[in-house]
Amino acid sequence: MATSVLSAAASGASCLLLVLLLCCSAGQCGLQKSNPTPPPLHNDINKPQTYPEEQRDSLPVFTMDYPRIQIPFEVTLWVLLASFAKIGFHIYQKITIWIPEPCLLIAIGLIVGGIMHAVKEEPPAVLSSTAFFLYMLPPIALDSGYFMPTRPFFENMGTVLWFAVVGTLWNSIGIGLSLFAICQFEVFGVQDINLQENLLFASIIAAVDPVAVLNVFEDLGVNEQIYIVIFGEGLFNDVVNVVLYNMFAFLSQMPVVESSDVFLGVARFFVVGIGGLFFGLLFGFVAAFTTRFTHNVRQIEPLFIFMYSYMAYLVAELFTISSVLAIITCAITMKYYVEENVSQRSCTTIRHVIKLMATISETLIFFFLGVVTITTDHEWNWAYILFTLVFAFVWRGMGILVLTQIINPFRTIHFTFKDQFGLAYGGLRGAICFALVFTLPDTINRKKLFVTASIAIIIFTVFLQGISIRPIVEYMNIRRTNKDPNTIAVEIHTRMMEHVVSGIEDLCGQWSRHYWKDKFKKFNDRILRRVLLRDNKAEHCIVSLYKKLELQHAIELMDTPMGDLSAAPSIISLDDERKEATRSMKTFLAADVRKMHEILSKNMYKIRHKRLAYTNKYRLPDNSQTREIMIRHHARIQRNRRAESFRERSQSNILGSQKDFSLQPGGDPASAFALRRRSHVKDKVVSARSSSSSLVPMRRLNIIKELSSAVELPSSSGVNLLDERGRTAPVPAPRRHSTNRSDEDGDPGDHPGEELVQPPQLPPPQAWVPDSRENELGNPLLRHQSQGSGGSGRS
Amino acid sequence: MGSRASTLLREEEIEEIKKETGFSHSQITRLYSRFTSLDKGENGTLSREDFQRIPELAINPLGDRIINAFFPEGEDQVNFRGFMRTLAHFRPIEDNEKNKDHTASEPLNSRTNKLLFAFRLYDLDRDDKISRDELLQVLRMMVGVNISDEQLGSIADRTIQEADTNGDNCISFNEFIKVLEKVDVEQKMSIRFLH
Repeated sequence: MATSVLSAAASGASCLLLVLLLCCSAGQCGLQKSNPTPPPLHNDINKPQTYPEEQRDSLPVFTMDYPRIQIPFEVTLWVLLASFAKIGFHIYQKITIWIPEPCLLIAIGLIVGGIMHAVKEEPPAVLSSTAFFLYMLPPIALDSGYFMPTRPFFENMGTVLWFAVVGTLWNSIGIGLSLFAICQFEVFGVQDINLQENLLFASIIAAVDPVAVLNVFEDLGVNEQIYIVIFGEGLFNDVVNVVLYNMFAFLSQMPVVESSDVFLGVARFFVVGIGGLFFGLLFGFVAAFTTRFTHNVRQIEPLFIFMYSYMAYLVAELFTISSVLAIITCAITMKYYVEENVSQRSCTTIRHVIKLMATISETLIFFFLGVVTITTDHEWNWAYILFTLVFAFVWRGMGILVLTQIINPFRTIHFTFKDQFGLAYGGLRGAICFALVFTLPDTINRKKLFVTASIAIIIFTVFLQGISIRPIVEYMNIRRTNKDPNTIAVEIHTRMMEHVVSGIEDLCGQWSRHYWKDKFKKFNDRILRRVLLRDNKAEHCIVSLYKKLELQHAIELMDTPMGDLSAAPSIISLDDERKEATRSMKTFLAADVRKMHEILSKNMYKIRHKRLAYTNKYRLPDNSQTREIMIRHHARIQRNRRAESFRERSQSNILGSQKDFSLQPGGDPASAFALRRRSHVKDKVVSARSSSSSLVPMRRLNIIKELSSAVELPSSSGVNLLDERGRTAPVPAPRRHSTNRSDEDGDPGDHPGEELVQPPQLPPPQAWVPDSRENELGNPLLRHQSQGSGGSGRS
Repeated sequence: MGSRASTLLREEEIEEIKKETGFSHSQITRLYSRFTSLDKGENGTLSREDFQRIPELAINPLGDRIINAFFPEGEDQVNFRGFMRTLAHFRPIEDNEKNKDHTASEPLNSRTNKLLFAFRLYDLDRDDKISRDELLQVLRMMVGVNISDEQLGSIADRTIQEADTNGDNCISFNEFIKVLEKVDVEQKMSIRFLH
């Protein structure tokens, strides 16, 4: 605690230092400007030749040239400052749980703005229209598009579009009209704002910005549906926003509104939307196609992704169509093909850089929001601003209620009241609103009022709603789900059933529920993949992930002597088993049960759909659970393969069928029996470990025989090589790999007690992994594993 | 779904499967095309490797058990009938079926049969009891690596304790049914099959 306070103080101090530095440099710049070298005194040429002492310039040892680096320097300083603030927050973890990050950033921005105002400095024009829309917004949109969970998104596409389009329309028109009604009252002093201007302002503040909310929602475990609806809504209301803004801005110049303008507006909406989609798709496919040929220039592969998506954005801006839609569509289209074409490193680079840029952008935006709040000229009008807040809230709530009622019958999963509340309350406004209001034409004479009002509404929603949504939702959650103390069993069994259903769904290929989805898939496989992918191996991304995990697993096993994920925790010793039978019933206190619930909810694997789709906005997609499962699964397969290879080997043993012999050749009954009993223990171990398939219980006897046969007949392994090699079952790559590894540990003379005897190495497969590495890993790897497993046998 | 699929599957077979499992004609043909797409060896049966080739099953913690459930005792291949028979457990219970009296042969997707499917996932040795050992195995598969054995052991003990009524430290099928009596098993263990 003390250290965290210290480090917080340290970062705070460095922040302050940076600010001062910034002010000084700005001041310095002024100084520098007014200090050029004095011009030669030409006008004194008539004077006698008594020049002042000719100053012979000595060689400057130390010069400063600030203007040259001013812009990049200041940009870097600001970015550093904002990032320090971010570091500062995360030092004390609890803060970010209760106060969402945007709030903190705005707060720090307010402080810095206050300082700058006191020093009479102007902040850089970051939130001006150009800088914001051309530099700050694209990375955020790209990030949203690239990491969008596509499956839930497409499944909920209708709902998302419904809320985005109709919801935003409802909001803007509702708020605009009500504000206009308010303006009619003389007492508030805002009579000069006409209908168009009101509508314009309303269209600006109706746009919802999901950044802050997603953060909170994810921690609260709000379900996937709400997440995707809010996420999508925030992204797609940009289309409506653009249309409405342009339309109303245009109309505000006109004295009279005609009905033809409204129709044109609708037409424009379609142009904007479809145009955005078109450009996004175009650039996405071109990018995917380009990456098909980049395998020789791996270093610049990420460049294409960024350049193409930025191009999509800029071209859309050129035509004043929805650039956010364009870049998002581009990202979604690109991602699938690009991630298959580029190398693994490029893939990682792309993801990291996108996250980096998006985080910087977001941080800066909120930060400057705080700064600019202080430094702009405000015009405060209590009535207008208060009513804006009220109407924004009311209309959003009503809008969500009405819209949900209409759309619920069309959905398979209905929105409950809690969901609706989350949607309504989670409608925070963000920086887009702010930037838009700055771009208002200056012909609007109440522009300052609008600026103030939008700042007010942003800060209000972000702070108040952002901070309070968590306690409210938690309260609602707690009220709803009362954990019955007797439900540990139910919890486990239901999770088991969920896994099973999810597995069967995957087995049946039930990914899509739409005819169009199937059609697209066919089109994809037949045409798109052939054109856009370099190697059309039709390899699932999970399979390649699996292969990469294998390699990593192998390396990890080398590094961590005790870190054998596969075998360590699952062995139950025979002694414990015996203790089980005689153990009396333990009594469990309520506290114990609660603790168990906690453990289970934190540690049970979530089902696949929930696992893959959820991504935290501020972190890269986390597939550590998937990795764990795959590593353990792979290890299990390895063991089963070995067990199965034993069975096969013994079955085709030249010395006769081994199925039912009770006497080891060359052994006497007594020793065989003893051997079997000793091996029974091992068998328990083995059966516990190879838990996953019924191979084991059925072949229990065989394994005993094999163990003993392995012990007694090591030489027979050489004979069975042929069978191993001859077996050409169409095994998937991981299996082949594992067989290989098991075959490499070619030490038939292993001491008894080692359960495995390996035949010499098979010819290396044409697998993706370099052979030399395999050879290195072969022996120590296996010895590690079997040692680990033998050691933890505890028998 | 293509013509290739239906020519390989005879009408009488479809009728029989329909009667046995309750799937509709189109569902059966669709699942048959899925079956053939999985069947890389093209011999009309699926082996364990064919299942293990499905990537999503590799990342399912209970993937191996699920695959196992398709193969009857001691066999390594499953034909289409067996495939459908297992999948029939997951057919949703339609309203008109709910009110039917229990005939001699209960439909495969009845609540009891669904629960039996789940029960068999635990009970590998088919002795109609889930021992502590078997429970621990499944628990271990479902839970991350950070849980120690003792914690898992006590969770398993508690699970058995909640269910066990006759004190044999194992969960029998009836006890299993009783524990889950409040859970909407029909909905949880159902998949909406595409038509």
